[in-house]
Amino acid sequence: MINPHPGLPELQYVKPATLKEASKFLAENVGTAKPYSGGTDSFVRLRDGVLKLDYLVDIKGLEGTKELSFDSKKGLTIGAAITMNQVACHPDVIKHYPNLAEAAGSVASYQLRNRATIIGNICNASPAGDTIGTCMILDGVLKVHGVDGVRDVPLNSFFLAPGRTVLKPGDVVVAIHLPPPPKGLVGTYKKLGRNRIGDLSIVGVAVAAYPSSDSASGYRFRIALASVAPVPFESFKAEGVLSGKKITAELIDEAAVAAMDSVTPIDDVRGSARYRKQMVKNLTREALTEVWTKLSK
Amino acid sequence: MTLKTITLTVNDMVETVDVPQNMTLLQMIREKLSLTGTKNGCSAGECGACTVLMNGEPVNSCMVLAAECEGATIVTVEGLAKGGKLSKLQEAIVKAGGVQCGFCTPGMLISATALLNRNPHPTDTEIRSAIVGNLCRCTGYVRIVDGIKMAAK
Repeated sequence: MINPHPGLPELQYVKPATLKEASKFLAENVGTAKPYSGGTDSFVRLRDGVLKLDYLVDIKGLEGTKELSFDSKKGLTIGAAITMNQVACHPDVIKHYPNLAEAAGSVASYQLRNRATIIGNICNASPAGDTIGTCMILDGVLKVHGVDGVRDVPLNSFFLAPGRTVLKPGDVVVAIHLPPPPKGLVGTYKKLGRNRIGDLSIVGVAVAAYPSSDSASGYRFRIALASVAPVPFESFKAEGVLSGKKITAELIDEAAVAAMDSVTPIDDVRGSARYRKQMVKNLTREALTEVWTKLSK
Repeated sequence: MTLKTITLTVNDMVETVDVPQNMTLLQMIREKLSLTGTKNGCSAGECGACTVLMNGEPVNSCMVLAAECEGATIVTVEGLAKGGKLSKLQEAIVKAGGVQCGFCTPGMLISATALLNRNPHPTDTEIRSAIVGNLCRCTGYVRIVDGIKMAAK
């Protein structure tokens, strides 16, 4: 239900000066404090009463959270305070990780993308997270600051269930790091919403592909699917189809069917499970065809 | 609840305001500064009626805490006209008939102002993408887009 009042429930705004202070505060206030960056998910849930908090802990401005840097040897680092628009409009992201720019640009509206962050999208752990799949197939690794110091958590072992991750009390995700892009990387993010732009995804398909001598087809394909399982996930089943044989339209069809067979969607207000399965097939085929056309030029 | 004192610039005026910690930027603008041009629609970051410029970029002011706006520069719809004269965009929207009930207009104007700042000659698709987050329940989009196009000329 939509709360007719614009106000948030009573809570305190906390702005720690250091990561250490932030982790300590969060660890001392488990269940009542949450890291706060863009607030685009938290505010809605706070207003609906689904989320109850005493403290919003503003992490914008903490060390490393404002970093957005690319180095051809090291890769890309995106801090927790970096917004979707900053990612979608960054020349290095557009040039080296065009699929990430596309995924970030597909989220909600322009003004919301000025607040929403990639790290927030990831930490929210929604099955529908638009940027999660792309970060996964680009081999993203999260830098997490906890009470015991800093550790790396690969994105593919980060999610446990809808809204649940491996994060422990006191943890603050500071940034995500993507390794340098594979040579010849081509990718896309196909999203089905109730309208053409701006909606939550009913189905999201992230594809990345590049020439690879390790694969019998000569190419490595990576495919991640959103909104069709408890958490966004990489469909190894569909990827496998594309590794063994010469890439043809028929093989792409086969991979799309494999993608469909790998999902476990639910019925909800945005779409039925049966519809979602069909759309996974169609969108995967569309994404693979587009990527293959660019790759084989 | 303890209040937080913040100093920020709103429509070229420096303001110092005591705000409750759970107050949104939208509430502060309307209730503390009495600038009621900015509207509250959905309180969920979807309708865009509360859109303002924060440090030059449009944001949903219902999704920003006032307490975090220390030092920020805010422009609301009241700040678009200068010296009693409407901006070129405002004139164009009026001429195109882009105002029906008027509830979405302040947010539309802010989103379109930001668009023209970053892209002075947008295509139709770029205009429509830029106002995806501004819902007009009179559904008068065609004339709003016409107005933005007129202002871009």
